[in-house]
Amino acid sequence: MNMKKSFKNMRKSTRRSFITYGFVIIAFIILQIMNGMGMLSFSLQGMLVPICAYVVMAVSLNLTVGILGELSLGHAGFMSVGAFTGVTAAMALQTAIPFAPLRLAVGMAVGAVFAAVVGFLIGIPVLRLKGDYLAIVTLAFGEIIKTIFTNLYVGVDQNGLHIRLLKNLSDLAEDGTMIVRGPMGMGGVAKISTFTAGFVLVMISLVVVFNLVNSRAGRAIMSIRDNRIAAESIGLHVTKYKMMAFVVSASLAGAAGALFAMNYSTIVASKFDFNTSILVLVFVVLGGLGNMLGSIIAAALLTILPEALRSFADYRMLVYAIVLILVMLATNNPTLRAWIDQLQKAVTGKRKKEAA
Amino acid sequence: MSFLNFLISGISLGSIYAIIALGYTMVYGIAKMLNFAHGDVIMVGAYICFFAVSSYGLPPVVGVVAAMAVCTVLGIVVERLAYKPLRQAPSLAVLITAIGVSYFLQNGAQLLWTSSPKVFPNIFAQKGADGAMKSSFTLFDGQLNISYVAVVAIIACVVIMAGLTLFTGYTKMGKAMRACSEDKGAAQLMGINVDGTISLTFAIGSGLAAVAGVLLCAAYPNLVPTTGSMPGIKAFTAAVFGGIGSIPGALLGGLLLGVIQIFTQAYISMELADAVVFGVLIVVLLVRPAGLLGKQIREKV
Repeated sequence: MNMKKSFKNMRKSTRRSFITYGFVIIAFIILQIMNGMGMLSFSLQGMLVPICAYVVMAVSLNLTVGILGELSLGHAGFMSVGAFTGVTAAMALQTAIPFAPLRLAVGMAVGAVFAAVVGFLIGIPVLRLKGDYLAIVTLAFGEIIKTIFTNLYVGVDQNGLHIRLLKNLSDLAEDGTMIVRGPMGMGGVAKISTFTAGFVLVMISLVVVFNLVNSRAGRAIMSIRDNRIAAESIGLHVTKYKMMAFVVSASLAGAAGALFAMNYSTIVASKFDFNTSILVLVFVVLGGLGNMLGSIIAAALLTILPEALRSFADYRMLVYAIVLILVMLATNNPTLRAWIDQLQKAVTGKRKKEAA
Repeated sequence: MSFLNFLISGISLGSIYAIIALGYTMVYGIAKMLNFAHGDVIMVGAYICFFAVSSYGLPPVVGVVAAMAVCTVLGIVVERLAYKPLRQAPSLAVLITAIGVSYFLQNGAQLLWTSSPKVFPNIFAQKGADGAMKSSFTLFDGQLNISYVAVVAIIACVVIMAGLTLFTGYTKMGKAMRACSEDKGAAQLMGINVDGTISLTFAIGSGLAAVAGVLLCAAYPNLVPTTGSMPGIKAFTAAVFGGIGSIPGALLGGLLLGVIQIFTQAYISMELADAVVFGVLIVVLLVRPAGLLGKQIREKV
């Protein structure tokens, strides 16, 4: 009873973050139990790690789009940076760290750091722009990152890492291994990502995002979103706070990229293209801007949806497109909106009466 | 001479980008939305022309007209069904809907016409002196080689630009269009049919997309359901490059983008061309945050 009361008396934002943590933990436990009992189909089992990666992507993009209020169309670029640097690190450390989960963690950390650095460098020009111009420049950076990684050759031997752009490696020792092979991408990646690791990454990213949002810096970021001029006039360092949100978002995407890449034995740079950025943006918008739980649910459901629509066979992507359009039309329909608001008011009104 | 060759193919590719960019820029100017489905309208236009010419043996002109007609209707229908209900919605909702339409068109095309690539016929080839069909002609003793598609693309672009400039500047409907892009509410009070004007904009943009689709596939004859997406993104970049919402800006942006892309492919690297194109865009936007010919709007506090 006491716990229930304290839960009710919590600040709304704290309560919401606890609900989100709880949802993720319960979902993880249920899925683990179902997996243990063999209730998950083979294809669904293979989707557990990608779902976690997409959830982290959605949560991190929601930080840029929902909390910072800037449209980013190149989020997959950071995922790409994280994937390539993270896998390179993990493969280079294959002998140094034989324990796979630790190697995965190091890979994700390296991916996050590199993505953060790239995010910072990109943020310098990007955050000077506004609105649709900012969006197109993030798109441009995403495409540039994709093009560079498509033409990158990386190998490792006893002399260390060899990195070349555009031309294949010739100075690699006989016993060295190629990690990144230009347009053919990375091959022979050790599949060390696990659902548990994905769950841990989701929890870490939630902790990071919630702590940022509910801090002084987070409130500054949201005030910049709501009115940049007013925020500036009370002495907030606009660029600093924008950069903070952008870099955190990029680094989480990098970690997600490393997790995602180490779930497959081969991965190519063109996997992280404009369409992937858009896919994640769809999760964020459908889940609700600034609503992390919504992002998580939307990312999970929409990743499973094409699989669930398998009975439609060839029509499934068409159905997916129609569902997407109809959901957007329905959620923005004024009559429907008013009806939902009324319903919500009726429900909360009743609850208030009970409390009184 | 190879420089001139590259310049001409750059300008012709740029002309195609400019025609596509017009669709983006006009729709953005009036509806303030990024119409991501525009690239896929190009693809639909190309398919219609392909089937008209290859399967039904119709003359190319009829194929182009059929493609324009289908795309115009498609543009109007999409606007009515998907975008009109969202007039008051936040711009992100409209953006996602446009992406949904784009998925729909791509997957619809895949179902209807399968994903196996179609080889687009060279509908602009001419009969040479020896009676064989030729896709290009040579000047200066064979040093300069110009394809007929390039000539048609450049001419089409000039004609369309001139036509649109006259249309928006001097006709009643064109003036209505400009009024709507300035201030929709005020335009409505002046008795302008705003919804009709927006439909007209979509119709013109989609019709132009069909022309661009035919030109694009005549120059690069590989037609698949995703043919439109990359040129769509490039043309969108071109529109922003020139200043989105501005018709001369679309021309300038498209031409520059096409020339930069061809020169990079020729002199720097085939593979890095896309990266260079987007890099130039970033640099331009840093110097002029609203594009080359865009209006710099002062912020009022």
